[in-house]
Amino acid sequence: MILRLAIASLAARAVTVCMTILAIALSVALFLGVEKVRTGAKGSFADTISGTDLIVGARSGSVQLLLYSVFRIGNATNNITWESYQDIADRPEVDWIVPISLGDSHRQFRVMGTTSEFFDHYKYRQGQSLALQEGALMGDLFDTVIGADVAETLGYSVGDPIVVSHGIASFADHKDQPFRISGILEKTGTPVDRTVIVSLEAIEAIHVDWQNGAQIPGQSTPPDVIRQMDLQPQAITAALVGLESPLQTFALQRAINQYPEEPLLAILPGVALQDLWAIVGVAETALLAVSAMVVVTALIGLMATIFASLTERRREMAIYRAMGARPSTIFGLLILEAVLVAAAGAIFGLIFLYFGLSIAQPLIDRNFGLWLDIAPPGGQEALILLAVVAAGAIVSILPALRAYKLSLADGMMVKT
Amino acid sequence: MTETVLQLKDVQFDWTKRAEFSLSVPDFAMRKGETVLLLGESGSGKSTLLSLICGTLVPQAGSIKVADADMTTLSASARDRFRAERIGVIFQQFNLLPFGTVADNIQLPLRFAPERRQKAGDVGNATQNLLDALGLSRSVIIAKASTLSVGQQQRVAVARALIGQPSLIIADEPTSALDAATQSAFLDVLFEQVAASGASLLMVSHDARLADRFDRTVTMDDLTKPKVAV
Repeated sequence: MILRLAIASLAARAVTVCMTILAIALSVALFLGVEKVRTGAKGSFADTISGTDLIVGARSGSVQLLLYSVFRIGNATNNITWESYQDIADRPEVDWIVPISLGDSHRQFRVMGTTSEFFDHYKYRQGQSLALQEGALMGDLFDTVIGADVAETLGYSVGDPIVVSHGIASFADHKDQPFRISGILEKTGTPVDRTVIVSLEAIEAIHVDWQNGAQIPGQSTPPDVIRQMDLQPQAITAALVGLESPLQTFALQRAINQYPEEPLLAILPGVALQDLWAIVGVAETALLAVSAMVVVTALIGLMATIFASLTERRREMAIYRAMGARPSTIFGLLILEAVLVAAAGAIFGLIFLYFGLSIAQPLIDRNFGLWLDIAPPGGQEALILLAVVAAGAIVSILPALRAYKLSLADGMMVKT
Repeated sequence: MTETVLQLKDVQFDWTKRAEFSLSVPDFAMRKGETVLLLGESGSGKSTLLSLICGTLVPQAGSIKVADADMTTLSASARDRFRAERIGVIFQQFNLLPFGTVADNIQLPLRFAPERRQKAGDVGNATQNLLDALGLSRSVIIAKASTLSVGQQQRVAVARALIGQPSLIIADEPTSALDAATQSAFLDVLFEQVAASGASLLMVSHDARLADRFDRTVTMDDLTKPKVAV
């Protein structure tokens, strides 16, 4: 009966109460949403590369190597010579090795030279392989396979010609050797989506007439002649390595790091990803903290609403007292109301979250390659919602104490 | 010897925060089933007296016996419980929780008084019988209190005071918000029902014309010797 009366009392103040519930609901939805994006981002970040045991590059920092070899952010300070690459490839622990050559671009997208093994060994999201949505892998020297974002952004389809530019953000085009798109990859949510993939030999081929970063004036070797040339690269940017046994990872890593001929660096992708996340994650934590503050603000709004209602409800409290309610019953009644409001806010917040997710999920996936899982609320969500309700009860202690004192002083007669 | 329902002896009360006012009641008693009209101007201490009887205020000295218990010796929560069990209260107006239904309002005191709930028996039936007796249609039982007229609200307040048959009904100017015609009809049903339940009625008013209906009339002046401090 008290519960029913509490609900009826709230219903009688529908407008104020609904506004308070709305404020709590929105703040809870925001908080849960940020948490969702955070875990989603972290997951999708960690899913960028899997199945690769080591990434080898010229000696620099592990995060830097990860950034340019996997995320195509920044540039390599140095290359690995083909001899070093061969030495590593010949080691008995190495199961497979995929060379990567970076440095050129097409419009805003990076061009990556590699071998066809890249498509066999590059894995993402717990061992998922790359797949073509259209066309075929590179057959000819001047064939290219492009990522889903490249195709979508630039409106390319299989068979379209594209021209690769020298360097990044450069006006010098390799226009004498245009490429033909042979295939388009399925969307992966990884940097592969934003990559133009060509063969390692093609990278050599387009640089035949180039020296020191510029085209030799007047020189243009026809593609037919290039096809006859030896296109063995002199150097590559990095290599992805898979091992026979994961137990050998650290031994090989040490061997590569101490390679006498050339300063090299081998990193474990998982470890480097964690290092990188430690840097990026600060922003995520800040975002979470801000949204938590929004929840706190909404709860303070709840407290203010209860405080404001006390004056007009002194008569109501006097009636309860006259009927034999103790001041502590009045106290409990106000806490109960706050809990009801906070619980309603939490539940609506959850509804808002799923409603928002169902709308935003495809948009976020398309624009950011971030897949937010719409799973039924789990233990963590339940914990957060419970915390909101508990916090609602705690913030209402102050106005409830005031009501306790008022009802003790007023008794059954309101002296105003 | 007849049973006393209410007995005040040498009661002395001072407002700690309002030093200019104090109330003393040397001796006042009510028999079981007696109806008493208490006349007094506003500010004469009527509300304070009612609060003392109901146990929301405690006197500095003296004893206040309601039915079989001395309010002054009980703890605060025991007084609250005792009020719920033994006393039915009717205010001037705004008696009801406006957002509650008529049934909720009538049954509210039973929530705090388990013994009184038992005496009421089948609460639904008791509620309906009271509505019938007070001339209210049974259909109002699920209506929100705020949708009733003032006259109807006061009748619901009587039903609430009477449910579970408390020994003492305290009415604080229950007719002041009613017009003359409604007033008379209201008092008719009030007296009828109080008599039917065997309760005593202590009604406070400033209207001496009502005296005829009561067994006895006392004024605040008779009752007290209010001292006005400097």
